[in-house]
Amino acid sequence: MNSTTLIQLFVFLLAGFVGFQAISRIPPLLHTPLMAATNAISGISLVASLVLAGSHAGVLAIVLGTVAVACAMANVVGGFLITDRMLAMFKRADADKGEDATGVAAE
Amino acid sequence: MRDILIQLAYLLAAFLFLIALRALGKPDTARRGMQLAAFGMAVGVVATLLNARIVSFEWILVGSLIGAVAGYPLGKWVPMTAMPQRIALSHALGALAATLVGIGEYYNGLSAGHLGRGHVMALGFEVLLGGLTVTGSLMAFGKLQEILPGRPLTFRGQNAFNLTILAIGVASLAWLVVDPTNVVAAGVMLAVSLAVAVLLVLPIGGADMPVVVSLLNSYAGLAAVATGFAIDNNILIIVGALDGLSGFILLVAMSKAMNRSFANVLFGAFGSAAVAGDGGSPGAGGEMAPISAEDAALRMAYADKVVVVPGYGLAVPQAQHQVRELADLIEKRGGEVRFAIHPVAGRMPGHMNVLLAEAGVPYDKLVDMEDINEKFAETDVVLVVGANDVVNPAAKTNPSSPIYGMPILKVAEARSVIALKRGRGAGFSGVENDLFVDPKTSMLFGDAKQSLITLGLEIKIA
Repeated sequence: MNSTTLIQLFVFLLAGFVGFQAISRIPPLLHTPLMAATNAISGISLVASLVLAGSHAGVLAIVLGTVAVACAMANVVGGFLITDRMLAMFKRADADKGEDATGVAAE
Repeated sequence: MRDILIQLAYLLAAFLFLIALRALGKPDTARRGMQLAAFGMAVGVVATLLNARIVSFEWILVGSLIGAVAGYPLGKWVPMTAMPQRIALSHALGALAATLVGIGEYYNGLSAGHLGRGHVMALGFEVLLGGLTVTGSLMAFGKLQEILPGRPLTFRGQNAFNLTILAIGVASLAWLVVDPTNVVAAGVMLAVSLAVAVLLVLPIGGADMPVVVSLLNSYAGLAAVATGFAIDNNILIIVGALDGLSGFILLVAMSKAMNRSFANVLFGAFGSAAVAGDGGSPGAGGEMAPISAEDAALRMAYADKVVVVPGYGLAVPQAQHQVRELADLIEKRGGEVRFAIHPVAGRMPGHMNVLLAEAGVPYDKLVDMEDINEKFAETDVVLVVGANDVVNPAAKTNPSSPIYGMPILKVAEARSVIALKRGRGAGFSGVENDLFVDPKTSMLFGDAKQSLITLGLEIKIA
């Protein structure tokens, strides 16, 4: 095991710990947006797909890379849009009074 | 220099992602946080384009355009009721990207002639977990979208068969690490990872989908972690760890809310066993007492405190708007309406919250199980809309019931209960519900949406 792998293990461990602290505090109310959000954020695997699609390493690599870019990009675009759409719907009672019919109008 | 710039951009992105997750702790801050995360994503992606390995951009452009065009409707047009299958689909997409990158990187290493053991191990995990998540999520999507039958599909020796296949997959991964250039081992592993998830999801019923979706969320994250190790990319490790953990935390929460170990969910084939084992009439027995919409409306119109218990039966006919209108009418007459949300109501974590928020119910009226359970004793009327197992007293009283031990909403403590139900049959899990024959309970039969509309009309003239 080389030193890079070791550092990566440290990164993994610490990210996991910090993530646990943050995610445990998220109320059940927002668990669906949480799923959509982590989905959108994990679209960062786009960066790996980009490198594969852009490097000239044979037809197979380019085909796989391009499909991967499309999948990851769909998750990034769709994920952030839908998370925002969902979060915009969560309103407090006092904020709700002025714009009573907005939720129904969207349907 | 270029490399350092890229790494700094990743650092910023990782920081913003963490800020976003912290902001998700409160509805007020969540939206702003996610906007920061989107900015972080943009920074990370743009910086990646500086990578020296990228020599041409035409295929990147093609892929990005296709992805963006496909992603837009997935973000803007998918109705909130379809959220569980939408999430399952995006797990499949994310995992497919990871799997393809894994295969591509393996192919690159193979043709360049340098494949270290550590590298192959990371790629192997990436493809194994990725492939599993792809087909598993597609299966979950099929069941949630009702393309596939929602009931568990079982056959004799299923678990032993599945475990054998899974063992073959793990063995071929080990074989690949010992002999990195062995293409046969790589092929076997890929095939197994794709096949085993289909087999694993087949016996899982629709009501257990929150657990499956959470588990697949977790696997998708771990596949991203493996990608990060394979291509030496820290941000993938960080984000994968966050994604994997979030799935795991939800998984634990869901299993706890059903009082079942998650091994039991995965291998228990819940629904079918329940039908077979508990088909008779357990518990008190007795007749369901029907009520007319007129009487039910009167009772709610003059109630001080009303609690609505929504379940999957609210989501199916998309009746969330009707239930909100009904709540508004009751509140206009001076009653107080709260919504009691069981953690596993619906088909994914938080499903009911999103539906009701869409209909415009303020989130402070959506109350979690622990908090609302203390309040049922002082509640005049509980309206059960399409919920069954989460209000079944057998979970507390009948040790032979398949749902025994599951925490439930203590609806029976309220002064009276009105349950909307399509017909007299058993619930989704096939379990009889003693609540419906309780003397306190009146049944309003019919389509949930239609019943809610009728109730609304009756309350207006009451």
